[in-house]
Amino acid sequence: MLKRLILLFALCVTPALAEDEQVVLGLSHDRVAITATFDGSEILIFGAVKRETPIPSGPPLEVIVAVAGPSSPVMVRRKERKLGIWVNTDSVLVDLAPSFYAVATSAPLDDILSDTEDLRYRISIERAIRSVGAAMHIRSAQDFADAVVRIREDEGLYSIREDTVAVDEQTLFRTSIAMPADLTEGDYTARIFLTRDGRVISQFETTIDVRKVGLERFLYNMSRQQPVWYGLMSLVIAIAAGWGASTAFRLLREN
Amino acid sequence: MQIYLPIAEVSVNAFLLLGLGGMVGILSGMFGVGGGFLMTPLLFFIGIPPAVAVATEANQIVASSFSGVLAHFRRRTVDFKMGTVLLTGGLIGAALGVVVFNYLKSLGQVDLLVTLCYVVFLGVVGSLMFVESLNALRKSKKGGGAPAPRRQRGWVHAMPFKMRFRTSGLYISVIPPMLVGLCVGVLSAIMGVGGGFIMVPAMIYLLGMPTKVVVGTSLFQIIFVTGFTTMLHATTNYTVDIVLAVLLLVGGVVGAQIGTVIGSRMPAEQLRVLLAALVLVVCGKLALDLLIEPSELYSLGTEGGH
Repeated sequence: MLKRLILLFALCVTPALAEDEQVVLGLSHDRVAITATFDGSEILIFGAVKRETPIPSGPPLEVIVAVAGPSSPVMVRRKERKLGIWVNTDSVLVDLAPSFYAVATSAPLDDILSDTEDLRYRISIERAIRSVGAAMHIRSAQDFADAVVRIREDEGLYSIREDTVAVDEQTLFRTSIAMPADLTEGDYTARIFLTRDGRVISQFETTIDVRKVGLERFLYNMSRQQPVWYGLMSLVIAIAAGWGASTAFRLLREN
Repeated sequence: MQIYLPIAEVSVNAFLLLGLGGMVGILSGMFGVGGGFLMTPLLFFIGIPPAVAVATEANQIVASSFSGVLAHFRRRTVDFKMGTVLLTGGLIGAALGVVVFNYLKSLGQVDLLVTLCYVVFLGVVGSLMFVESLNALRKSKKGGGAPAPRRQRGWVHAMPFKMRFRTSGLYISVIPPMLVGLCVGVLSAIMGVGGGFIMVPAMIYLLGMPTKVVVGTSLFQIIFVTGFTTMLHATTNYTVDIVLAVLLLVGGVVGAQIGTVIGSRMPAEQLRVLLAALVLVVCGKLALDLLIEPSELYSLGTEGGH
């Protein structure tokens, strides 16, 4: 809906922005399988710019690739010193924050994307997080959103890597996005933006499917769908292991 | 070797988990404590989400306690009668504790209260045990002869519903052990531990049970309380991670066996000094976390996730 509106807007008001240049995209794989020994993954994103007209003169074509994990609300709490000990006092619910967010660009982001375009497409990390629910009595609610970014950057979940998209002849581009081992399941979206002079001239979106497979899938489903059996299975395994170790040790000692 | 945990949704080193399980298992076997009060904070530290750590730890304690109790059973150092009485109180207490826990959760201060619970109880229990067992050690070194007089005649013995506990050599009312079980049940549900570190001293100092019997009996009742907790977490919060549990308990059960052997070869007084010191160290660490300004003032949590 929003996209259609934007397109309509673009067509009506600024016909010059009509997509003369379009993205043709390839992914090394559009599916990430989380197995028991999953240890992160690297996705190669590559593509070409399709155009009917010659390459426009002026500022060169730049490429931004943004990969986002599924979003969910995050409760952010701040500690304060009360009666000598540090306790959680204020809290802000950040409405939606992606579980993973990586941006790769062909040049420093500030140089190739204007603020208004960033606001519209929510490309930079700060804009990818949506926070409106801060209570009125809490000063500096922005600090809470910043904390989400800071903590997740430290955990390697959010990253911005400038100058890591290679662009050849303003036509071919490629980059790789490293996905950490601590991935959550879901549909990850990869968005590719072409910009000129700070303005987005074309965008393309595709989905990367991140799923648990095999034993991981089986255990996860069981824990959700048959929690009683799952719990009993955990207990049986625990008791069997306890009995096994005890018996093994007794036999060892007797011999 | 990295292993991806299906419920916790994090990737961790399998050998690290085996090692942690083994270390805590040794302590569990030596002292008759489940080791939850050590393992749960350690799991937080290596990045397991707290809800998963607490629930999975309960399951792991079942394994190490079961492994430990079998060794005690063969040496006839489990008082089943006393264990059952404690357990009855314990299950009621655990159910009450879950209600209290959910109430605190709705207030949004559950982390603080859990930590405060740890600091207060570990502090009090640790200091009492430390002082008492140091005195006992000094006496046994000095005299070598007469054992310390057991102060057994008190309010505990003036209550009705008396019952004979043959293994413990006690003839007391069932009310005190029931109450002890209940209190420990509440605390263990709130703090996410088996409660052995409170149960063991309570049995020694409040009920006057012999130390050798205390460890086995404590393990016996912990199995059931933590088994109950595991089922509660598995069915309501879906936070029991079976892969994590298996890795921890493989290390844990082996450790518990080694620990039981070490424990049976050490004098009871020294064992108690060591346990007291351990409890105080954990208490000190948690107290420091409350007092020192944290490097990151903000923390992230999910809301309405479960």
